[in-house]
Amino acid sequence: MESVARSQSATGQDAPVSSDSTLIYRQSRWTRLTHWIWAISLFFMLLSGLQIFNARPQLYIGKQSGFGYNNTIFEIGAENTSAGPRGYTAIFGHRFDTTGVLGWSGPPGNETARGFPSWATIPSYYDLGTARVVHFFFAWILTTTLIVWLVASLVNGHIRRDLAPRLDDLKRLPRDIVDHAKLKFHHTREYNTLQKMAYGGVLFVLLPLMIITGLAMSPSMNSVLPFLNEVLGGRQTARTIHFTVMLLLVGFFIIHILMILAAGPINELRSIITGWYRTDPPAHNDKTTERSA
Amino acid sequence: MAKFEISRRKFLTAASLGASGIMLSGCDAFDSQLSIGSGLRSFLENANGLTYRAQRLLAGRNALAPEFTEADIRQPQRPNGVTAPDDDIYKGLLANNFADWRLEVSGLVEKPLSLSREQLQNMPSRTQITRHDCVEGWSCIAKWTGTPLSLVLDQAVVKPQARYVMFHCLDTIDRSLSGDVKYYGTIDLIDARHPQTILAYGLNGKPLPVENGAPLRVRVERQLGYKMPKYLYKIELVDSFANVGGGRGGYWEDNGYDWYGGI
Repeated sequence: MESVARSQSATGQDAPVSSDSTLIYRQSRWTRLTHWIWAISLFFMLLSGLQIFNARPQLYIGKQSGFGYNNTIFEIGAENTSAGPRGYTAIFGHRFDTTGVLGWSGPPGNETARGFPSWATIPSYYDLGTARVVHFFFAWILTTTLIVWLVASLVNGHIRRDLAPRLDDLKRLPRDIVDHAKLKFHHTREYNTLQKMAYGGVLFVLLPLMIITGLAMSPSMNSVLPFLNEVLGGRQTARTIHFTVMLLLVGFFIIHILMILAAGPINELRSIITGWYRTDPPAHNDKTTERSA
Repeated sequence: MAKFEISRRKFLTAASLGASGIMLSGCDAFDSQLSIGSGLRSFLENANGLTYRAQRLLAGRNALAPEFTEADIRQPQRPNGVTAPDDDIYKGLLANNFADWRLEVSGLVEKPLSLSREQLQNMPSRTQITRHDCVEGWSCIAKWTGTPLSLVLDQAVVKPQARYVMFHCLDTIDRSLSGDVKYYGTIDLIDARHPQTILAYGLNGKPLPVENGAPLRVRVERQLGYKMPKYLYKIELVDSFANVGGGRGGYWEDNGYDWYGGI
């Protein structure tokens, strides 16, 4: 609420929030329920996934992993130096010292060689088997929830009404970017262009790509869908894409949280918990009463 | 403008606090609930049964794992697990180039077998260039030659009540208070009779090397590497996991891996 008021004062409008703004029902129960199931699933999938990655903290391009040749494009490792063991991260051959976080980490005096640090993995100790149990359980939950959301959102109009891009979105994009950069937010029923791109990108590109590359790594699924790895460029490329999409999803999550904090966390949280959202009061200027940026 | 800057500073503070809170939360919170036998762990493990049924439904009995070309063989097959068994029996067999080695087929079969290398190699063979996928995440393409397991099972005549094929191995993978633990594992009869499931004695056109499981290892091409035991000496048909190690169907399964390794 505070941020709402502040961002309005930043725009030069003096209308008090409580009197003119209205609560509208913005998020259907399907959207709210699936949102929180995804939040929980992605948390566990990320942390168990980093544990799985630690079993082989290298990424390759192609059908197989190069042992007799080099097709490694990313590596987290540890090495002995004159200054003691150090952790490093190598991306396309460029090495960075990441001691303490990637490659070599742990409580002072008890550091160990491990890809991602203990605080970023489930379980905290090295346990590939358990991480796989957790990962595949939530893989089922995540995929099922995505299908449920897709059906519900086609039926209740959420996709058509809120997510489908319109020509207008393209026109508003430059102003939208400027507004976001200035942390100037408009609270309306509709998503702005950047929101549509972010949510649409996650729901229709990143999550499906995550599921597809995950399935491409399954030896049994390879017998059902042999073309999958051919399209993706081989099982190890699929694994690399899986990891890259993870980074993009983490990036989305960070921006998502920052935007919520900036746009007014109470109002945003109420909307995704109860469905009710407080919109900005009608502007004095007619020009801004159209769909906001 | 001044007001706006305050709000941005506040925003950045709140944001960094939020981010560090997430990072510091740590993940040892779930450790105790995830040990083998705990209620939550057992519940989560049900997903493996679901995966097994779903993939069996989709892949059926005979869908083949992708096969590759000679050009895809770019390196020696990477060995994993035990690569040089230190067991006296194994070392004795190796010293004699496995002339005294036999493959026993026992358990729920009508005709128990004891096959020599020559007998196995005189049976029809299958050669396939396939990708070995390790549970750790790496892959390696190699050419495998061996006897289809289904032919051996047919010769032994599997009893109707048999449900799994158990593999007994010569290599010690672990030492416990009750003695050495030799590698063991099980697959279902669908994978056992799959056309690409072979008892491999050849690798990349040469006899199977010790590090890759000489004299005989299993290839189960629709599952991960830990489902393909090396240093094989006995195949036993069983109807449950009751007498298989700790009861979860294999050495790695008893140490927390899922029994079904098709994913």
